[in-house]
Amino acid sequence: MDAKRGDWVRIHNTILEVGQRAKNIPEDTQNVPLEVWVKGFLVNDSAKIGDTVKVETYIGRIVEGTLIEVNPYYKHDYGKAVPELLYIGRQAREILGEEAGNND
Amino acid sequence: MTRDMSYEAVMARRGEIMKKAIGIDYDVFESGSISFDYERMMKETGYSLQEIEEIQKRTGVGNTPILELRNLTKLARKFAPKGKGARIFIKDEASNPSGSFKARRAATACYHAKKLGYKGVIAATSGNYGAAVASQAAMQGLKCIVVQECYDSRGVGQPEIIEKARACEAYGAEVVQLSVGPELFYTFLVLLEETGFFNASLYSPFGIAGVETLGYEISMQFREREGRDPDAVVITNAGGGNLTGTARGLLKAGAIETKIIGASVSLEGLHMASDTQFNKKSFTTGHTGFGIPFATWPDRSDVPRSAARPLRYLDRYVTMNQGSVFYMTELLAQLEGLERGPAGNTSLAAAFKLAQEMDEDKIIVVQETEYTGAGKHINPQLTFARENGIEIIIGDPADEIPGKNIVLPKDPSFVMIQDLDLNRTRRSYIRNAINNMNITEVNNEDLEFLAKDTKSSLEFVKGILDELGVKY
Repeated sequence: MDAKRGDWVRIHNTILEVGQRAKNIPEDTQNVPLEVWVKGFLVNDSAKIGDTVKVETYIGRIVEGTLIEVNPYYKHDYGKAVPELLYIGRQAREILGEEAGNND
Repeated sequence: MTRDMSYEAVMARRGEIMKKAIGIDYDVFESGSISFDYERMMKETGYSLQEIEEIQKRTGVGNTPILELRNLTKLARKFAPKGKGARIFIKDEASNPSGSFKARRAATACYHAKKLGYKGVIAATSGNYGAAVASQAAMQGLKCIVVQECYDSRGVGQPEIIEKARACEAYGAEVVQLSVGPELFYTFLVLLEETGFFNASLYSPFGIAGVETLGYEISMQFREREGRDPDAVVITNAGGGNLTGTARGLLKAGAIETKIIGASVSLEGLHMASDTQFNKKSFTTGHTGFGIPFATWPDRSDVPRSAARPLRYLDRYVTMNQGSVFYMTELLAQLEGLERGPAGNTSLAAAFKLAQEMDEDKIIVVQETEYTGAGKHINPQLTFARENGIEIIIGDPADEIPGKNIVLPKDPSFVMIQDLDLNRTRRSYIRNAINNMNITEVNNEDLEFLAKDTKSSLEFVKGILDELGVKY
């Protein structure tokens, strides 16, 4: 068992299969399904990753899908160092020299 | 009887679902041909400027500060001909409750939804508008769903969009995240039908009217501080609402001499609905992939008639490369001590260059900033670009190829803008209007409407119609 009733989880589902997609979209997009991800509280008594489950979303909608994550967390961050950016401030400060300052 | 929920069936119910979800009968403004009564739509379904000021004040929206960017102005002058280099100012819209000017649009939409008795609001947006609607919904006691286009078919999401999802969830909204494709609209319709919530469209009359206060404030703030209206206002342009609302607000203030300049990041060559190209771009808004299609056919939006009609107000439209906007974002932090954007700094990059064409005593205003956060910042966005095979180069922005590389200008003189030929854009708009209405002859009302909607003249419109072989 990976999750029990009331756990905060993330589910996944397919909305449109390949072949059901809109006709006027690029071929690469036609060739993949339209997918959806939603978070909510698990409604089932218990479930394993990969099970088809129901969740109650934060605003109270009931949605069905495949359980993919329990206690999902945000993985976005401030990125790695980007050395290419480092010249920008130094160069501009050097060009401005003593003129830099907001007190004129 | 169960409703047919297939793609075709739901799309066919579009009109009926929309009418219920937005509470506007657009038919009453229609002429039956190309023209419709835009001003009447704005007047009868919207709110007066004073009412909107009141609505926004109640939730702490608006009255954002104007900051003079003295160091950036000095830097621009170093690269300008003698006597040139207008004073650059920025309106710090990041000080709105949800961190962007979108709070203005959301405030009116949520107020209206509450007034009409809706229990919740739904918005289809991958941008700052999601957080704005979620924040306003929280204040007004409404439920909120935000539908985002977020992931490619590998399940890789744009860091900027993931951050916006986080912000929406922080305000108690449900976020429905989708993979790439315009069928997002189908999901949006299904949700509207299922919940009976209000469509907090970016393109409704109240949404656009919400931005009018931004333009109006700019005029009032400059009259108070400098004794006159600014000479130019630069506006980051995507769906056209920011530009339309700001321009209308300036006009309402009587700032008729102020030039309206649109600015978008060029993503030429990238298809917005392409799964494989989705994560090859480093801008999810403020780019030509929205800017051009929405300017040349505003009624492609999620309402029958869009209140955002940028061509009506544009005096000039410039584009620049992604690298120039990242570069200006870094300069804004380094020289002015303001960490904002990046996407909202599109107009800043344009202003830096435009100022160099203008006399020193002129005033140019960058009309927005947006909050910065994890994922929504030059570092993670460039990290992500690199992970997706994009090369980061310091050099000449003219060498940037969207989807292949990002070129940071090697010094301030290399920041580059390009003018879009507005007459070409106007021509495309007129052609789209003819094609979408499927007509071979236009009446006098249409002629006048097309001239107004493209800020051109009857002669110009007639010239294009002659070219297209359309009678009038």
